[in-house]
Amino acid sequence: MKQLEKETMPACWEGFQPGDWMDGINVRDFISHNLNQYDGNESFLAGPTAATTTLNDQLLALKKKEREVGGVLEADNNVVSSITSHGPGYLNKDLETIVGLQTDKPLKRAFMPEGGIRMAEDALKAYGFETDPEMHKIFTHYRKTHNQGVFDAYTPDMRAARHYKIVTGLPDAYGRGRLVSDFPRIAIYGIDRLMAAKLDDWNNIGDGEMTDSVIQLREEVNDQWKALKQMKQMAASYGFDIGRPAENAQEAIQWIYFGYLAAVKTQNGAAMSVGRIDTVIDAYIQRDLNRGLITEEQAQEYIDHLVMKLRMVRFIRTTEYNSLFSGDPIWATLSLAGIGTDGRHHVTKTAFRFLKTLDNMGAAPEPNITLLWDDKLPEGFKRYATEVSIKSSTIQYENDELMRNEWGTDYYGIACCVSAQPIADGMQYFGARANLAKTVLYAINGGKDELAGAQVGPNYEPITSEYIDYDEFMQKFDKMMDWLADVYVNALNTIHYMHDKYYYEAAQLALKDTVLDRTFATGISGLSHAVDSISAIKYGHVRIIRNEDGLAVDYAVDNNDFPRYGNNDDRADDIAKWLVKTFFTKMNKHHLYRGAKLSTSVLTITSNVVYGKNTGTTPNGRKAGEPFSPGANPAYGAEHNGALASLLSTAKIPYHYARDGISNTFGVTPNTLGHDDEARKDTLVNMVDGYMENNGMHLNINVFNKSTLIDAQKHPEEYPTLTVRVSGYCVYFADLTKEQQDDVIARTFFETM
Amino acid sequence: MGNHTATIERVQTKKPLVGFVHSIETFGSVDGPGIRYVVFLQGCRMRCEFCHNPDTWNIGVGDEMTVDEILNDAIRYKAFWGKKGGITVSGGEALVQIDFVLALFKKAKTMGINTCLDTCGQPFTYKEPFFSKFAELMKVTDVSLVDIKHIDSEQHRRLTGFNNETVLAMIQYMSEHNYHMWIRHVLVPERTDYDDYLRDLGHYIHTLNAIDKVEVLPYHTMGVKKYTELGIDYPLEGIEPPSADRVKNAERLLDTVAYRGYAS
Repeated sequence: MKQLEKETMPACWEGFQPGDWMDGINVRDFISHNLNQYDGNESFLAGPTAATTTLNDQLLALKKKEREVGGVLEADNNVVSSITSHGPGYLNKDLETIVGLQTDKPLKRAFMPEGGIRMAEDALKAYGFETDPEMHKIFTHYRKTHNQGVFDAYTPDMRAARHYKIVTGLPDAYGRGRLVSDFPRIAIYGIDRLMAAKLDDWNNIGDGEMTDSVIQLREEVNDQWKALKQMKQMAASYGFDIGRPAENAQEAIQWIYFGYLAAVKTQNGAAMSVGRIDTVIDAYIQRDLNRGLITEEQAQEYIDHLVMKLRMVRFIRTTEYNSLFSGDPIWATLSLAGIGTDGRHHVTKTAFRFLKTLDNMGAAPEPNITLLWDDKLPEGFKRYATEVSIKSSTIQYENDELMRNEWGTDYYGIACCVSAQPIADGMQYFGARANLAKTVLYAINGGKDELAGAQVGPNYEPITSEYIDYDEFMQKFDKMMDWLADVYVNALNTIHYMHDKYYYEAAQLALKDTVLDRTFATGISGLSHAVDSISAIKYGHVRIIRNEDGLAVDYAVDNNDFPRYGNNDDRADDIAKWLVKTFFTKMNKHHLYRGAKLSTSVLTITSNVVYGKNTGTTPNGRKAGEPFSPGANPAYGAEHNGALASLLSTAKIPYHYARDGISNTFGVTPNTLGHDDEARKDTLVNMVDGYMENNGMHLNINVFNKSTLIDAQKHPEEYPTLTVRVSGYCVYFADLTKEQQDDVIARTFFETM
Repeated sequence: MGNHTATIERVQTKKPLVGFVHSIETFGSVDGPGIRYVVFLQGCRMRCEFCHNPDTWNIGVGDEMTVDEILNDAIRYKAFWGKKGGITVSGGEALVQIDFVLALFKKAKTMGINTCLDTCGQPFTYKEPFFSKFAELMKVTDVSLVDIKHIDSEQHRRLTGFNNETVLAMIQYMSEHNYHMWIRHVLVPERTDYDDYLRDLGHYIHTLNAIDKVEVLPYHTMGVKKYTELGIDYPLEGIEPPSADRVKNAERLLDTVAYRGYAS
């Protein structure tokens, strides 16, 4: 029977190499049989078509208008967004080769109250809109939201930790996001076959005994099946039948995009990843090129139009949310390249085409382009990628070998900003960040908040001596971390229970296997300041300065030459390794929701500013309110041995204990990279190679002069597309708050004379 | 027993060779081919008016470091060096501490590290003991970055305090032996930025062998702060960096595009 199927290959698959992928849902196998490796350079690429330029100008004009009216052009207030809630919408129907909008109009924001009605209402209010009273009534009287569920269960400890911001950014009022769906499934198999497969799975869940987990999964898979059905309806409203597999490149891209559209119509997660679609799309494009159906110009146009759509995705957020994550990010993270477990690189012409969009349509923060880097990637691609980096500062680099080995598959994508996730059979519960710099202060003050004076942590004995004794401090710090790990992990357990119950991601999970490996993501903020503070206490002899209430609020260090993280100095770097491993281990002893496996991250996005704002003076010399350094970056001004020493300090943090990502944001002036373009590309390639060879995990690269940023702050209108990379994502500089702009300007820039 | 005493004596009399180090940059990308670990040695006799590191002038001060200390640190950055990178010794003036540079490069070569010497050539002489050391140093140097501050000897003296005979003699020696060089020239308005001088310099460079690269470095004012800190009058007060057009002009007159050996 199988043999017969292969002999009569359906028309949609003709021209592809057969394999196991034909018998079951297996995109990875499709890729391994239909990978078109490309070892050349960028010379084959095509510029924008007239249609692309017209559409892009239209979009830029809309974005300008959006910024002028204060951030939001239009917003729904009485239609709850779902896969089928809106009729078709277009930017310019005659010119678009890839279609589909979140709502019925470009940049119009959808109403998404299921994460939390208050959050949705506050977001509307922040931009001058009112919620429809009927909607308010429904989501307060008849339909409970995720947010309500969480707060019905939170303990007073959790509320306090949240209120005093030792834990910040918890997804308890909006979508948790961070799922990487296997969107190419739709193109290769069509929705009908995916529905049939889910039905088979549903019939096979449980052995008849209805345990909690069997009931839950049966209900969820049923919802997934319905979501698939709705995707078909939504696509039909645009005139497409995605029940069947795609038959050409344009359809393949369109089918994939419809899957993504279903995700962003139903969830407002902090991160809505695109995943890894480059090699599959490339197989379809190459087949059409081979058949003489399309030209390179058309192929590029499809990719440009897809990327344009990804640049149009919007959610409406509250002011508080924006201060954490500025510039309307949605983390449409797109992973490119990488190396297969069989040793073949996955660079195709389509990886080049995606990079080319930054040239054809100008720099933009989305999609969040992530290169899965390995020193074995072909030279032509490496050089082109670094060229794009130098021009646009919009690329992040992640260590493919490290992730491939740790996760045991080459078919993973980057969820959110930095973290890896197996695409077919893995998922992640997103988990915000705990503030370890503040925990240092809680240890000194016996659980009292150093800014508010309130007893937030457990009422342990504070340090009462004038100088801090290292051993005494470490004992207290250890206990305080125990408390934090406990309250943090259990808040997350609550959140994920409620999210599954009230805001389940049926559409995104419909495009993954039914049985999943789950990761329980947590995060650390303030790492560099915690490490340097501990080092100051150990090596620098720290004296406490107390206020009239006896609260430690300031510190004097006798020997300011104590080792600091960021200088490739093991005395400090070992503290960083110890701290990450220790906090991970403390969290790991707790029960984790649905048997998930713990992971943690050292990345902060733009939230390093808010975390710093809410943290008092730390013993390393950082004053109260000053921003933290972002992600795993060393503290500002701590680096004395140059850029590579700084990178090697970060590279020492063990990925095995921080599998959710270790982010480093690297700023450098063009002249520091070299005196001409070729030298600059050389330097960047060698730098990224060297960082990854030393097990560095992630690198954002910004190339510009500090003076450019200062000028852009004064004259934003002259720099509408100046894009900077901040921990894990990309943002228009003009969309950052003044404080965040100052922070980016203050960040260490490596420059030579 | 006698031998034992001798050993002790030898240990006592053999002071480890140290270099006086001003600073170290782990990420040098304009100091020779590829990414380089740059050791800035302390001490220079020239007093170039445009010098942006006057804090490296004094001789015999700075951090004392041994060859092994430097190489053990440098090797940690090996992964960043790729096919071309390595270590560069700069200054101050590296040749002021030629004994140390020689020992450093000899050891580096045994470790397979690419070596680059950044010098202005002022200490060069055919006199001994310097010359033998220099000849030996060249054998363990992969490429030299040589600054020609001014092609006119009198102007050179005005600009640096020394005439350029030793500099050109060193370059001649390197050229005769085909030792690879990058020639660098700082473009300073009112000092070096004159077409006739630039043309002369261009002609001179054309006569040389093994020139892998010629670079025009536009004068900048980023060193001014250091002068203020050190309480030294800034000699080029009021002179602005050259315009982009003048830099292009200098590149044309020096025919910089003709020297592409560095790219291979």
